[in-house]
Amino acid sequence: MPVIKVDGQEYEVPAGGNLLETCLEQGLDLPYFCWHPAMGSIGACRQCAVVQYQNEEDTRGRIVMACMTPVSDGAIFDLSGDRAAGFRRTVVESLMVDHPHDCPVCAEGGECHLQDMTVMTGHRDRHYRGTKKTYRNQYLGPLIHHEMNRCITCYRCTRYYRDYAGGTDLSAQAAHDHVYFGRHKEGTLESPFAGNLVEVCPTGVFTDKSLVHDYTRKWDLQSAPSVCTGCGVGCNTLPGERYGRLKRIHNRYHAEVNGYFLCDRGRFGGNHVNRAERIDFPARRDADGRFQALTDQALGELLTELCAGKRLAAIGSPRAGVEANLLLQTLVGPERFASGMDDTEHALVDRALRHLVNSGAHNPSLRDIESADSVLVLGEDLTHTAARTALALRQSVRNEAYTLAAELKLSPWQDAAVRNLAQDRRSPLHVVCAGSTDLDDIAAGHYRLVADDQARLAAAIATAIADSQTGDAAAQRIAADLLAAERPLIISGTGAGSAALIDGAAAIAEALVARGKAAMLSFTAPECNSLGQALLCRDSHTSLAALAQSDADVLIILENDLLQRLAAEEIDQLRQRIPTWIGIDSLENDTLARCDLILPAAAFTETEATYISQEGRAQRAFPVHPPAQARRPGWRWVVELAAAVDHPDLAGIHHFDDIAAALAVDDPVLQGAAAAAPDHAFRSRGLKIPRQPHRYSGRTAMGADVSVHEPRQSDDADSALAYTMEGAASTDRPGALLSYVWSPGWNSNQSLHKFQSDIGGALRGGSAGQRLLDGLSLAKLPPAPAPSAFGRRDQQWLLQTHHHLFGSDELSRLSDGIAELCGRAALYLHPEDAGRLGLEQGDGAEVAGQALEVRLDASQVPGSAGFSTGYPETLALRAGHWVEIGVAAHWQRAPELIGSDREATA
Amino acid sequence: MSELPLTRNVRPDLSPTGIKAYEANGGYQGLRRAMAGLSPADCLQVVKDSKLRGRGGAGFPTGMKWSFVPMDNVSPGHKYLICNADEMEPGTFKDRLLLECDPHQLIEGMILAAYTIGADVAYIFIRAEYLKAARLLREAIEEAKAKHYLGRDILGSGYSLAMYVHASAGRYICGEETALISSLEGKRANPRAKPPFPQVSGLWGRPTIVNNVETLCNIPHIIERGPEWFGSLGLGEDAGTKLFGVSGRVSNPGCWEMPMGTTIREILEDKAGGMAAGYQLRGFLPGGGSTDFLVEEHLDLPMEYESIGKAGSRMGTGTMIVLDDQTCPVGFVKNLIEFFAQESCGFCTPCRDGLPWNAQVLDDIEQGRGKPEDLDTLEQHVGYIGAIGNTHCALAPGAMEPLQSALKYFREDFQRHIDDGACPYRGAH
Repeated sequence: MPVIKVDGQEYEVPAGGNLLETCLEQGLDLPYFCWHPAMGSIGACRQCAVVQYQNEEDTRGRIVMACMTPVSDGAIFDLSGDRAAGFRRTVVESLMVDHPHDCPVCAEGGECHLQDMTVMTGHRDRHYRGTKKTYRNQYLGPLIHHEMNRCITCYRCTRYYRDYAGGTDLSAQAAHDHVYFGRHKEGTLESPFAGNLVEVCPTGVFTDKSLVHDYTRKWDLQSAPSVCTGCGVGCNTLPGERYGRLKRIHNRYHAEVNGYFLCDRGRFGGNHVNRAERIDFPARRDADGRFQALTDQALGELLTELCAGKRLAAIGSPRAGVEANLLLQTLVGPERFASGMDDTEHALVDRALRHLVNSGAHNPSLRDIESADSVLVLGEDLTHTAARTALALRQSVRNEAYTLAAELKLSPWQDAAVRNLAQDRRSPLHVVCAGSTDLDDIAAGHYRLVADDQARLAAAIATAIADSQTGDAAAQRIAADLLAAERPLIISGTGAGSAALIDGAAAIAEALVARGKAAMLSFTAPECNSLGQALLCRDSHTSLAALAQSDADVLIILENDLLQRLAAEEIDQLRQRIPTWIGIDSLENDTLARCDLILPAAAFTETEATYISQEGRAQRAFPVHPPAQARRPGWRWVVELAAAVDHPDLAGIHHFDDIAAALAVDDPVLQGAAAAAPDHAFRSRGLKIPRQPHRYSGRTAMGADVSVHEPRQSDDADSALAYTMEGAASTDRPGALLSYVWSPGWNSNQSLHKFQSDIGGALRGGSAGQRLLDGLSLAKLPPAPAPSAFGRRDQQWLLQTHHHLFGSDELSRLSDGIAELCGRAALYLHPEDAGRLGLEQGDGAEVAGQALEVRLDASQVPGSAGFSTGYPETLALRAGHWVEIGVAAHWQRAPELIGSDREATA
Repeated sequence: MSELPLTRNVRPDLSPTGIKAYEANGGYQGLRRAMAGLSPADCLQVVKDSKLRGRGGAGFPTGMKWSFVPMDNVSPGHKYLICNADEMEPGTFKDRLLLECDPHQLIEGMILAAYTIGADVAYIFIRAEYLKAARLLREAIEEAKAKHYLGRDILGSGYSLAMYVHASAGRYICGEETALISSLEGKRANPRAKPPFPQVSGLWGRPTIVNNVETLCNIPHIIERGPEWFGSLGLGEDAGTKLFGVSGRVSNPGCWEMPMGTTIREILEDKAGGMAAGYQLRGFLPGGGSTDFLVEEHLDLPMEYESIGKAGSRMGTGTMIVLDDQTCPVGFVKNLIEFFAQESCGFCTPCRDGLPWNAQVLDDIEQGRGKPEDLDTLEQHVGYIGAIGNTHCALAPGAMEPLQSALKYFREDFQRHIDDGACPYRGAH
């Protein structure tokens, strides 16, 4: 390892890095702006300047930018001398020439990298006497607030938005000291990853609009490690709360999973927990169909009356944690427990799970996905079904660039140089989907086929890999690209709704493994704990159809709106079969409306839970704040139900950790889930870990409108976290217990490097979560029937799924900003088909009794029709079904609003 | 009088030289010679031996620059030659003469340069305002193609080259070779960090050579007549001839080809006719708007890279701007700094935010609002912005050169502005 000298002290450092990241890794504070750990160096801001000496005799030295300077053995640097420090102070002073003095009203204040760096450089007095430049701000949509006057022109935003995330509608405009970062005209930012600008911008140009409108400073936020419930990827999040309201969600770094970035569904999709439609109290439906709140005593009696001595059945939930589902399954017995997915979806997830275990290919983390040098996506528009995976693929196609760069001895962190060298040369990515996808712009090839034909192509590729002489041109080309790679990756999932496609993906991976390739195979899962449910029911799965035939008296429905999954008539049949329904959920929905007793569930921000991601990674979410009113975590309600029936196995469960202690003993999966985070007894330096930062203020004042007496801090007997600012907030606390990132002098999220073992590496306290599938053994399933080739019909269209990041997910679509972006459910038709039907863009089409907005889409296979999944209007539609399409009566076309109108009406 | 190859086809009326006249005067002989028997390595050796240095401003040895281009052709793909005809340096109008009067000389030079480095595509990146030159170049390219000097299988040699004229979007920074490349790719004209140098990763990430118009115009003559001949053209250390120009209050401003090593006095007095009547010389920028002032004591220096460098300035483009005794040096420098501040690409902080700061301070001084500490601020910024390496490219250090030398030679003018609270030159003319 090279030895370098900084300020006279020698450091042994890793080879290949640049001096800036090396200094940060050594704990030296060196200010910077344009460098970003995930995006490397460009040398724009000149803030990380140091003096480099040629040798011991050199007394002059020269100023170099640390971020652009590779470390080499024997190199000598002066970081803190007058010349280097003076240069850096002048750089900050130049940056601040036009910066407004609006910190007190700026949403970034208190977690502003610019504030931190200004203080760090020692700049205080202003010498510039001229006027400040001002800019017009833009309306950038409902999620992100724009305040250009604060900009210091570090170029991070456009580098992130365009270079890293592949967006096109945010750019650097104009020149000299009037560079403008915005859109060519006002309007919603198009990238589904735009929200990361909030964390990428070192100051307050891009801020979280919902936070701006419902504001709390970082130091006043109570936060806890959480896991995104928006899809199956399992990104680590850091929700912040005050006054019982979720204020914002930030990224929580995980080296193997989400790294530094989230998607916008994850970042902005959580504030449904603040809705007025939250259920606060247990309630019983009276004879008039209205719900009457119950006292504790009345509830206890009612539970006994409804459940004692009855045959209980239950429907679990893929959006609830492992623990609540496990308790429920134990309470009612596996033979009367359904996973909560519809039967088709459960079968798909179960099939994918068994392939992950049996294919012989590596089941990759997102970081592994970024390392792939050839990728085949089958049947998924990943930007909409597993968005963070799509962002990872945008990095994987850059491996070609890194290969080219290595030939010129360029380091990956030399970002501009590597991009200029590679230009549009990318590692191959092939996308097979029912229509265009949001990865087509970086794809070497895209193939638009209905799901059955996708599966047929997948089978052909697998055959072509085994024997390159077979298959059509597409299959041969894809097979060749996969075979030419060192780390080929196949991604498919449940999104297309095809079992044969999942089999085909696995067959390709197996064929690659058989050819000696270190292949990777990944499947998306529809919800945050879908894979957990498949694992929980891996030995004994009861379908909803079987449940509808059961002899149960009482049906317990855990955090599940059945209308999202079943047709209304199927629910009615179930309702007739099982006379008493108990619903546990957090928000009003049509399933709760059908229940006899509803129990108010804590939302994801209020409960501890383990979710198992599509990768089979068990990850623990902790409550950010205690549930208000009579809300309780789902698992606690199940414990109450168990008490009502005196269930022997569940009698000893009082705390979260008791669940695993009682029920996980013989099960490696459940033991792994229990080990996803340290248990409640964990202490750091003898202390619990605080959820509130050191400077948390107003603790005595927050409730003063109700009582001037400071309430006792809530206890958290279930976890090692505490609802206080006291405790051990060390930088080496376990990744699973990372409740906030802050370090002296580093108030912004840039303090993260203090918590990392190395830049971009694992957290010092260890990565959160446990991978469960490695080494697991599960029986294989018989292959799904091979589908026949698609043939169009005269008067009918074959339905194909069309997923929307904003709209297809049950809960995030109820969050304020995202609700505005969901739009109406749409039917995607090839223009020729639309012409035959007499429909134009924006017209209403009638499908199965529902009116849907027509969108012309030349990428749609003629004879098929894509429908927006997960929308209330489309819940009755099923992929693979043939439907007739008519012209909707009384259809009102959506008015076209320009950006400023939207702002005015918002 | 010694030989002046670059302007031998320049007519008194500055009308363009067509292909016939160009050929009749010995044109395309260098190309014919190369195609008939010189390998690219031979050509490279000739150019190296000629000691030709870049005429765009930096004076880097041309042959050495070319030698960095990988010639093993292991990685397949294009290589590019770019002619930098984005002549935007303040006070500089030498390339225009060559472009408008003798376009074939440039084209022949480019074909030879491209052949030497193995480029198959060449671009002439031309200042957008040079409409006439762009038209003439396009016509000349067609003429050259018709004669098989350009296009596929040039003169039956098997070597092929496509050549295009690309008009700049009109920013000074496009003259910086890597910013030029960014601009040619359709991107913001931001310079690129080096390494990698364009010779290995330039246009579209491929090996690329960017040369100034005048540099390339020397190539046909060097190939045709050899390095010894070229070396003999110069009077001193540097080889060849150079286009020198003078602007400002002189009797006869203009642009002339003269041997390398001609003294400044000779250019200023013999060619430019000395100062205009009623004006005295205060100083001059020897090589365009981004070079340090020199003063009367430097008049007998030869115009050579080394000698001008030792005197504290740069030969730059070789086109002088003269400061007379009735023009305010503060206003003169302010005008330049404002230009460079305006032309900053906005990429790095010292240039983007530092140059306007200096412009503001100079404006305060010029308007009589200056404060004693302003001179400290300017001095501090000379150190902050003025050193190569402190900034992303050479624009801002170049911009600070007139200021830093003005503070040295004309400090009393700055002081008087501050002491008097007014510009002493105001109303003087």
